[in-house]
Amino acid sequence: MASFAHVVAGCSWRFENLRELMAKASPARSGDYLAEVAAGSDAERAAAQMALAEVPLKHFLEEVLVPYETDEVTRLIIDGHDPEAFAPVSHLTVGGFRDWLLGEQATECSLRALAPGLTPEMAAAVSKIMRVQDLVLVAQKIRVVTAFRNTAGLRGRMSTRLQPNHPTDSVAGIAASVLDGLLYGNGDAMIGINPATDSLGTISELLKMLDGVIQRYGIPTQSCVLTHVTSSIAAIERGLPLDLVFQSIAGTQAANESFGISLQLLQEGYEAGLSLKRGSVGQNLMYFETGQGSALSANAHHGVDQQTCEVRAYGVARHFNPFLVNTVVGFIGPEYLYNGKQIIRAGLEDHFCGKLLGVPMGCDICYTNHAEADQDDMDMLLTLLGVAGINFIMGIPGSDDVMLNYQTTSFHDALYARQVLGLKPAPEFEAWLARTGILHQDGQQLRLGRDVPAAFRPALARLG
Amino acid sequence: MHDDDGTPARPDPWQALRRLTPARIALGRAGTSLPTRAQLDFQYAHAQARDAVHLPLDTAKVGQALCAHGLEVFDLHSAAADRHSYLQRPDLGRKLDGASAERLDQWAVRHPQGYDLAVVIADGLSSLAIERHAPAMVERICAQSAAEGWRLAPISLVQQGRVALADEVGQRLKAQMVVMLIGERPGLSSPDSLGLYFTYAPRVGLTDAARNCISNVRLEGMSYAMASHTLLYLMREAWQRKLSGVNLKDEAHVPVIDGQGKPAPGNFLLPEG
Repeated sequence: MASFAHVVAGCSWRFENLRELMAKASPARSGDYLAEVAAGSDAERAAAQMALAEVPLKHFLEEVLVPYETDEVTRLIIDGHDPEAFAPVSHLTVGGFRDWLLGEQATECSLRALAPGLTPEMAAAVSKIMRVQDLVLVAQKIRVVTAFRNTAGLRGRMSTRLQPNHPTDSVAGIAASVLDGLLYGNGDAMIGINPATDSLGTISELLKMLDGVIQRYGIPTQSCVLTHVTSSIAAIERGLPLDLVFQSIAGTQAANESFGISLQLLQEGYEAGLSLKRGSVGQNLMYFETGQGSALSANAHHGVDQQTCEVRAYGVARHFNPFLVNTVVGFIGPEYLYNGKQIIRAGLEDHFCGKLLGVPMGCDICYTNHAEADQDDMDMLLTLLGVAGINFIMGIPGSDDVMLNYQTTSFHDALYARQVLGLKPAPEFEAWLARTGILHQDGQQLRLGRDVPAAFRPALARLG
Repeated sequence: MHDDDGTPARPDPWQALRRLTPARIALGRAGTSLPTRAQLDFQYAHAQARDAVHLPLDTAKVGQALCAHGLEVFDLHSAAADRHSYLQRPDLGRKLDGASAERLDQWAVRHPQGYDLAVVIADGLSSLAIERHAPAMVERICAQSAAEGWRLAPISLVQQGRVALADEVGQRLKAQMVVMLIGERPGLSSPDSLGLYFTYAPRVGLTDAARNCISNVRLEGMSYAMASHTLLYLMREAWQRKLSGVNLKDEAHVPVIDGQGKPAPGNFLLPEG
């Protein structure tokens, strides 16, 4: 194992191995301090970034951060590496790679071809020496397009997941939030419920409900009930109408084991979903959620910094051709990301690294009430990710998730991003919104219908 | 662009949906943005939740309320010196500081027979929850304990404490059972939610798998009566079976009665509901 040394202004710094170098080069965040892997001083961090910039990209194929023998995620990363795709940048150092990404050779086309040649650790490494504007600029070049019942990730478009959670899974309460969201033009990424209770009875009731609504109103979108992959497999075996197969994933085998999953189990979930053939314009059907700090909170980080662990989760995700991947960036709490600054940086890193690896990234732009963050921080991250070309964000009523007790982006927030950045929904959904009389969008001009559209009046009348 | 009738903010014509969910639906819009009223309501709710996290626990006030019930109270502190370190170092919030540990140890030397039940109160993430609900809950727990004939340890009132800290208190006092009353992570619409965590045979190093939790105790959530009913059920079962946690399921379900007595509407988006 190599050690790394760097001399700056007569001061000599030494880093034992690549794992330590990566951790100490990470921009400061509370989770790395909690794990006791962070740089001891700002100078040590800057020196580590200088030393990291000099590491050849090829070295990442030789020195793994989590042992190959005992970790199936490392094996997936190393065995799945495509040397041919890697060739255009294989002569570069991490620092040279940053310059290459910012330069003219890095285009939508060349970056798409490069993705299978990059490992998560390479992506994490280069992100650590990039500023916010670099993370935005390079991500903005990349497009990762996926499809199920509509097409997500096209340039100039941004989708929203309508998240109609209710504290007791009341069907009427969920339906109320679904209608509110649809009438605000949200829901093209999916209508996705986090159930309060995890029984198969509840899950099957919610799946049938969403399928009924999508079919009745002819909505070109997909549904998801966020439950463990084994429950989704069981639901599929019972013949329930399931669109997207959900699972939380992390970047080490041990962390995935704490979630009760393995690569084999994910493959089974993926194949079960495919067997239903429910997609109309495509068959991307896995929906993954991730977040920095999940490996550490499961005590399964192997001394690797939390951002690198997170990018390894994208290495897992891309193996299953997901429809969307969601980094739930501020949900985990201040012991991992302390404040708005750390959450904003983490959200942009996650989006950039995921896109670089060819993953259709979205972000739950969110915070909890014990984090040092507020709506202004979320507005900043939303605007930045909108510019960076994010595939999707959340849409919930008034930013307040009354089931999960955290704040994320609202239906109104999505319309703000559409207005200032001219971002449209997925084309199939855009056409449905216009046809139904909910929302017409012409560039940055948005026109919401004045009255409840005719299609939904009988539903409101039913309430009396 | 928008229909122009001179109204700067437009209400949504689906207000009827609001009775179906506590979610912030039908907020209306100014352009396509949040109207002023809804925006400021949100800010106030967030401010309340933030204050609940950062407001220091008024130990004198809570201590006084407990003493009024004739209870002896230990004033203790976790190893997290302040809120800043509490929020970033969960490990420190899970253990007592040196002085607090010593105080309990000295007490235990003078009371070597130990206790059947120890009650720990910690600010957690909402001191508001403690000030509003802890004294009333503790009074109920003490009455139940007396009725069962259990020997009750003095009440431990801990600043900057996390759930697992109760295990250390229980272990040092040689208590068979421990109940932790702790302020829960505040939601935007629930700044004062109290959580109850129960452990049989507490000792340092136990995980959540060894605990039973009763959550969302507050006026708009689970009532004191229902929470103490469930807790008593758990404690009696644990006392007999000598265990707690995942192997001790809460079967003390009490049916929830709809306030209006009307059947809840189903999925009104479909004709067949």
